[in-house]
Amino acid sequence: MSSPSASVATPIASPSFRISQITIWRVLSLILLFGAWEIAGRVPISIAFPTFFETMSSLGTMIIDGRMAKAYAKTLEPLVIGIGLSTAFGIIFGVLMGLSRKFQWIGEPIFIVMQAAPMAALIPLVTFLYGIGVAAKVVAVVILAAPIIVLNCFRAVRNASPSLIQMCQSFQGSQIQVIRKVIIPDAAPMMFSGLRLGVAAGFIGVILAELLITPNGVGDLITYHRSVAEYADMYAAIFSIVFFAAVTVGLLEKAEVTIFRPEKKGAA
Amino acid sequence: MAIAEQNTIPLAAPTFSDNNIVEVKGVSKFYEPDIQALLDINLGFPKGQMTTLLGPSGCGKTTLLKIIAGLLEPTEGDVFVNGQLVTGPGPERAFVFQDFALMPWATVLRNVSFGLELRGMAKDERYEIARRYITNVGLEGFGEKYPHELSGGMRQRVGLARAMAVDADVLMMDEPFSAVDEQTRRQFQEDLLNLLSIEKKTVLFVTHSIEEAVYVSDQIVLLSPRPGRINKTVRPDIDHAASSDEIRRGKNYLDSVEEIWHELKGYLE
Ligand SMILES: Nc1ncnc2c1ncn2[C@@H]1O[C@H](COP(=O)(O)OP(=O)(O)OP(=O)(O)O)[C@@H](O)[C@H]1O
Ligand SMILES: [Mg+2]
Repeated sequence: MSSPSASVATPIASPSFRISQITIWRVLSLILLFGAWEIAGRVPISIAFPTFFETMSSLGTMIIDGRMAKAYAKTLEPLVIGIGLSTAFGIIFGVLMGLSRKFQWIGEPIFIVMQAAPMAALIPLVTFLYGIGVAAKVVAVVILAAPIIVLNCFRAVRNASPSLIQMCQSFQGSQIQVIRKVIIPDAAPMMFSGLRLGVAAGFIGVILAELLITPNGVGDLITYHRSVAEYADMYAAIFSIVFFAAVTVGLLEKAEVTIFRPEKKGAA
Repeated sequence: MAIAEQNTIPLAAPTFSDNNIVEVKGVSKFYEPDIQALLDINLGFPKGQMTTLLGPSGCGKTTLLKIIAGLLEPTEGDVFVNGQLVTGPGPERAFVFQDFALMPWATVLRNVSFGLELRGMAKDERYEIARRYITNVGLEGFGEKYPHELSGGMRQRVGLARAMAVDADVLMMDEPFSAVDEQTRRQFQEDLLNLLSIEKKTVLFVTHSIEEAVYVSDQIVLLSPRPGRINKTVRPDIDHAASSDEIRRGKNYLDSVEEIWHELKGYLE
């Protein structure tokens, strides 16, 4: 056969050039954000609103004197357990719901109600059942994260390409092979976006639990410093948790690309 | 996908001509009680030849092809391949999909070797076979690319290479060229004919284009509007040793196009 008439479109810029371009714009966006913060702090819009640099210096101090490490040790344990449970449960149940109508009929109403309801309002009630220990925080994480993860996995699997499934069957792929080699990778992007939203919700859950039920961890760091009017310290704690959540969600995206969707590498 | 137990054939024992690798016996298909896609199709596909299904949109061409592929179950009737009753997809049949059906997360190499991967063949072995077919369809050097980096015509070549790689006797192609431009399409027709003259496959082909059907086929089956019935079989009898221009100006080619067009025009009334 002769070579095909159409050729592959070559990107105008080389990938490394494109990536460094992207980095520049991203850094610029952060500079704008932090610059605006610094200015707002200097005006000042409120005496309870420190500048960006004051906040960063507090953050440095808190990291060095170990307050951050202590708070994060308290916050991360229930967060990791809760996210782990929600993910395992969410993926298994979501995939089952996607594959079988019976599981769908059982699960869908429950999770849709859970996702729609303001579950955060239930967090104080968790205390009655689980006290104020780690278990209560884990439950707070799970009730916020699990419905999102389940529903996204379910929709992802249900929407897997019928044409790819049929292709796999036409080459005599078994039911297991169809699920493993076609449905899961095809559903991966949507499952991971559910996971990212779920993890973000999990962060909300654990912080709410610390604000409302169990006064320790990062949530308590925020409440405590507000109560003694150490606003730079309070914002440092808030900044740290936002930063931490963003990094975690970013890492999840990396994992998705590496494990399931290598074709998206460099597409950013 | 397993096909449920088939009704036994009405005991007029099917007579297999040695010539036909695929036999369709009394196949009807209802999608719903009131949607009949196919009506009593009886058809033989001669070994080593290219048979084209031609007919108006919605007449059941895809349905028939998928029934032969074992991807759909007929409501009535049976399909035999090499004399064996079809109960599902089999290794002697391979499908080329209209929408390519390539896995976007897999390289060309993995896509082409996917049929072999499903059979559990070792990686080195299946990649070696896949590389050979990638070269055969004119995609040498594109093995590590992903589908989104290829043009429509190249993607369909990947689909073709994947079907060839499992070394099936019967290739089923559902409008394989409908998503590519006319120029690519003609190039592709040539390439397909060349490839088939080497590989000796039986091809079941679906197209909307009368010219394409006449150009590539040994036998053309005209289906009526829904429910699809076989109205006529045309054998263009074209000498493929001639150049493509000679063929397209030849008497057999023009007569066949005319004959088919006349037949299809009848459906418009
Ligand atoms: N899953 C389905 N459920 C109900 N009706 C269907 C289904 N699939 C196809 N049909 C109907 O059956 C008829 C035959 O469909 P089919 O796709 O086989 O036609 P076709 O000849 O391949 O058409 P085209 O040339 O447009 O591809 C059509 O009228 C279609 O509307
Ligand atoms: Mg069709």
